[in-house]
Amino acid sequence: MIAATASPQVPWLREALWCAVIVPLVAAPLLADAPHALLVLGSALAFWRAFVIGRRSIGARQHDAVLPVSLHSNWMLLASLAVVLAPHAWRLPPWLTLLVGLLVGWRIAVMRRRLQPPPRALLVAMVSAASAGIFLQYGTLFGREPGVALLSVMIALKLLELKSRRDATVLAFLAYFLVITNFLYSQTLPTALLMLVAVVMVTATMIGFHQRQPAFRQTTALAAQLLAQSIPLMVVLFVFFPRLPGPLWGLPRDGGQGVTGLSDSMSPGSLSQLSASADVAFRVEFVGPVPRTADLYWRGPVFWEFDGRIWSPGGAPPGQAAAPVVRAISEPIAYTVTLEPHFERWLLALDMPSALPPEARATSDFALLANAPVRTRVRYEGRAALDYRANENETEANLRRALQLPAGLNPRSLALAAGLRDAGLEPQQVIERLLARFRNEPFFYTTNPPLLGSEHTVDQFLFESRRGFCEHYASAFTFLMRAAGVPARVVTGYQGGVVNPVGNYLVVRQAEAHAWSEVWLSGRGWVRVDPTAAVSPLRVESGIAASIAIDDPLPMLVRGSLPMLSRAGFAMDAIANAWNQWVLSYNTQRQQQLLRNLGIDADDWKVLSVMLLAGAAAATLLATLLALRGVIPGRRDPSVAAWERLCGKLARAGLVRLPSEGPTAYARRVADVRPDLAEPVRQIADAYVRLRYQPPDPQRPAAALAGDLRRRVRQLKI
Amino acid sequence: MNDAPFLPAIHRVIDQVGTVILGKRSQVRLAIACLLARGHLLIEDVPGVGKTTLAHAIAKSLGLDFHRIQFTSDLLPNDILGVSVFDMNAQTFAFHPGPIFAQLILADEINRATPKTQSALLEAMEEHQVTIEGATRRLPEPFFVIATQNPSHQIGTFDLPESQLDRFLMRIRLGYPDAEAERALLAGAERRTMIDDLPACMDVAGLVSLQTRVRSVFVADALIDYVQALLAHTRRAADLANGLSPRAGLALLNGARAWALIDGRNHVEPEDVQAILPSVAGHRLHGQALGGAVPGQELAERLLAEVAVP
Repeated sequence: MIAATASPQVPWLREALWCAVIVPLVAAPLLADAPHALLVLGSALAFWRAFVIGRRSIGARQHDAVLPVSLHSNWMLLASLAVVLAPHAWRLPPWLTLLVGLLVGWRIAVMRRRLQPPPRALLVAMVSAASAGIFLQYGTLFGREPGVALLSVMIALKLLELKSRRDATVLAFLAYFLVITNFLYSQTLPTALLMLVAVVMVTATMIGFHQRQPAFRQTTALAAQLLAQSIPLMVVLFVFFPRLPGPLWGLPRDGGQGVTGLSDSMSPGSLSQLSASADVAFRVEFVGPVPRTADLYWRGPVFWEFDGRIWSPGGAPPGQAAAPVVRAISEPIAYTVTLEPHFERWLLALDMPSALPPEARATSDFALLANAPVRTRVRYEGRAALDYRANENETEANLRRALQLPAGLNPRSLALAAGLRDAGLEPQQVIERLLARFRNEPFFYTTNPPLLGSEHTVDQFLFESRRGFCEHYASAFTFLMRAAGVPARVVTGYQGGVVNPVGNYLVVRQAEAHAWSEVWLSGRGWVRVDPTAAVSPLRVESGIAASIAIDDPLPMLVRGSLPMLSRAGFAMDAIANAWNQWVLSYNTQRQQQLLRNLGIDADDWKVLSVMLLAGAAAATLLATLLALRGVIPGRRDPSVAAWERLCGKLARAGLVRLPSEGPTAYARRVADVRPDLAEPVRQIADAYVRLRYQPPDPQRPAAALAGDLRRRVRQLKI
Repeated sequence: MNDAPFLPAIHRVIDQVGTVILGKRSQVRLAIACLLARGHLLIEDVPGVGKTTLAHAIAKSLGLDFHRIQFTSDLLPNDILGVSVFDMNAQTFAFHPGPIFAQLILADEINRATPKTQSALLEAMEEHQVTIEGATRRLPEPFFVIATQNPSHQIGTFDLPESQLDRFLMRIRLGYPDAEAERALLAGAERRTMIDDLPACMDVAGLVSLQTRVRSVFVADALIDYVQALLAHTRRAADLANGLSPRAGLALLNGARAWALIDGRNHVEPEDVQAILPSVAGHRLHGQALGGAVPGQELAERLLAEVAVP
C-alpha cells in the first residue's frame, strides 16, 4: 500500500486514502441501484479497514467503561442482533442498510479498542438525521416499513451508547422485539426456524450478562433448556390465546403489494406474465382420487365485457342477482382448498361447483366470492361435478350480455363468423369448425407471444401472428362465438396442478393460470370449450411444463426437469404445506371449533380472554405455591414471626439484620450501635434463642415463652 | 451445667496455651474445640509461625501422653506404627510399638512424607487402631493427631489427597503475629523452656468426660435446618467443584457443639456454626474458577454470607 509506506506517521492521511478506495466501492452500487449484497460487501470492507488495520488503541480503563458486560456477551449481543436484522437488511432502503452496517462496524471497532464511541452530540445528531431520513423516505414514521427502519437504526445507534448493563438489557429486549417484526413480513417455516435460533441466542446473551465469564456452550444450552421448558406454555397459548379475525395491523397500504395472481380483467399478455411465477396459488386435498389433469379446471373470475382489448366482468344487469343453478350429472367430488392470500375476493373452485363453502357466495356466473378480500391463507371445502348442466334456463339479459361486441373492431373476424353463421350451422358445428381451424392452421402455443397492436387485436392474432398464450385463444374464440351468434364468455382460473407425492395433495402454481371459454347452448346450458386444448392438447392433458417449448421462459420449479430437484421440491412443499395447515391456518373459526369439541363454548375472544386470564392466574398461583412450599414452612413458628417483627422494627431504624446474622450476633451489633436498646434487644434475642435453639424446658412451656417474646417485641419502642 | 469443674479447666488450658502462642486466641480455641469434638487437627502455614509450639503446648496443658513424629520423605510406615523384633531370650517375636501409640501425636510436616506413609497414618486416625503384621492393635484413648503442614507449593512436599484432608475435622492457619504480639514474643522467654515448665491443667479423665459432654449438647431442629441449608448451598453453587459431604455436615455439628460447650452453653446457636465453619469447611471446598483458585477459607466465608439463618 503506497499510503502505508509513504506516511506511517499520519494516520489521518492514510484513513483518507482508504476512504478514497472504499467510498466509490460503496457508492457505485448505490448509484447503479445494484443489489444490496454488493453494498454489504463494501461496508464490510470499510469495517475491516476500521478495526483490523487501525493502529490506535484505547486505554484499558476507558475501554472497560464501554464494556459494561463481558466481551463475550458483547459479541453474543452483536451476533443475535445480526441474526434478527439480517432478513431486514434486504427490505430496508440501501442507505439505511448501509448506515446500520456502518454503525455496527463502529461498535465492533470500539469493542476491539480501535475507535472511541461517538460523543453524545454526534449521537443526538445521528438520531435526528436518521429519523428525518426515514420520514423523507416513507413520508411517515408509522406503519410497518418506517417502523422497522426506525427500530433498526435506533438499535444500531443504541449499540454505540452501550454504557451500562441496563443498556445491554434494553438492546436484548429490542432484539426480542425485532424477532416479532420479522413475522410481519414472512411467516414461513424457514423464518420461524431462524427466529427460533435468534430467540435462543438472545436468551443466551441475557444469561451471559449475569456471569463473569460466560461460556458460549453453557449459556446456549441453558437458554435452549429454558425455551424447551416453555414449550407447554407456548402450546397452551397457541391453542387458547384468542385469535383476532384478520391481521392485527390491517394497514391498507400493506395489502397485496407485488402479489402475483389473477387480476380482475384480462388483456393479451396478462396471463402469460403469470407463467413466469413459480409461486403457489393454492393447494388442494381431494377426498377421493385426484381427477385426470384434463378435468382440473379451477374456476376464477368470469368476464363478459370486451372492449376490443380488455375483458372485464362488466356490471350485472339490474335485478339480475339470480342464483346459479347447477345440475350435477356425475357424482360430485369433494376437496379442500388452501388458498394463498391474493388480496382479491374470489375463491378458486373446481369446475363446476355444485355446493358452496359456508363462507362464500356464488355469482350468477358460478364464480365463488369470499366476503372480504383474501388477506390471509384460507381453507375451504368444495364440491364439484365434472359432468353437469349449468343454468339451462339462462335469463334473457345474461344471454344478451354474452353476445355484446365492441362496435367497429376486428372486421375480418366478424366476417369469418358471419360466414359460419350464414352457412346455417348449428352452434355445436360452429364450435367444431373453429376448433378445427385452431388445430389445423399454423397456430402456436407460447408464453412469449408477439405484442399485439392496440386496435384490431383479435384480427391481428387470428390472421397474422397466430402465436399466443391461452388468453389469446380464449379471447379470440369467445369473440368469434359471439360474432357467430352463440352466447359466450371468458372464464379465467387455473388448469392442472402437480400432485405432490410426499403430502398427497395437488399444488397449483401461478404459472398454471389459464383462460378458457364458455358457450351457452340451448338445452345444455353453459358448456366449457377450451380452444387452447385444440392448439396444444398437451397443455390440458399433461400440464404447462410439457406444452411449453424448451426455450420459452418457465420457472425451474414448474418445469421440474431435474428429478432430484423436483423430489426435494416436493418434500419442501409438503413441509411448507404442513406448516400452513397446522400452524398458520389455525384461525378464529378453527379455534372455536376445537374449543367446542372440548366442550368450551366461547363465542368471542372476550370470553376466551377472561378464561385464559383466569387460567393463567390459577396456574401462576399454583406454581407459586409449589415453589414456595420449600421456602415457607407449612406451620409458621410464632416465635419466628415475632423475631422477624423485631428485625423489621430495627431495620426501619437503620439496623438491618443481615440474612446470615444469627440472633445473638445481631443483638450484640445492635447493642454496639444503640446502647439504649441493648438490654431489651438482648432479652428478646435470649428469649428467641431459648425458644428456637435450646432444649424444651418442662418448667417453662414454649407457649408461655412465645407469648412473653411477642409481648416484649410489641412493647419495644425504638 | 453438671460438669462445672472441667469447664474452668478448659478455659485455663486456653489461657495457658495463649501465654505461649501469643495473639492467636481464636486459633487456640478452635484447636481445643476440635480436640473436644474428637477430631484431628491440621495446622497449615509457612515454617516458623509456631505450629509445633502450639501442638506442644496443648499436649502439655492437657496432660496428655505426647509423641512427635517428624515426617520426612524417607519415613516408612513401620517407623510410625512399630515393628516386631525376634527376642533371642524368649524365642518369640516381640512387638515394639512405634510412636503412634500415644494419646496425642504431633505429625510434623506431614506433607513431606510419601503417600504410603501418609496413608499409614490414615487408618490410625479414622479407626483409632492399627494393623501391623496381621494383628490389630487398639490405640490409646483419647487419641488425637495434630498434623502440621507447609503450604503445598513449597519444595519437597506431597499434597495430601482430598480423602486424607477429609479426615481432619478442622484446618487452621496461624499466620504472622501482629506487631504487639511479636514484640512480646521477641522480648519474652524462650518458648521451649516455657513449654517444659507448663503444668497440666486437667487430666485425661476430665478430657474424656468433656468429650462425652460435647456429644450431648442440644441441637434444635432450626439449627439442623441451618446446617442443611449450608450443605445444600455448597452442592448447588456453580463456583464450587464439589459440595460438602455428609461427613463434613457431622463435623460441622460436632465442632459447633464443642464451640458452644466452651462458651458454657448446652445448646448450639447459629453463631457457633459460623465460628467454626471456615476451619471445618475451608479444606473441603474447592473453587472451580478458571483463573486462579480461590482459597477454601474465602469460599467458606462467602458461603456464610450467602446462606440466611432460618
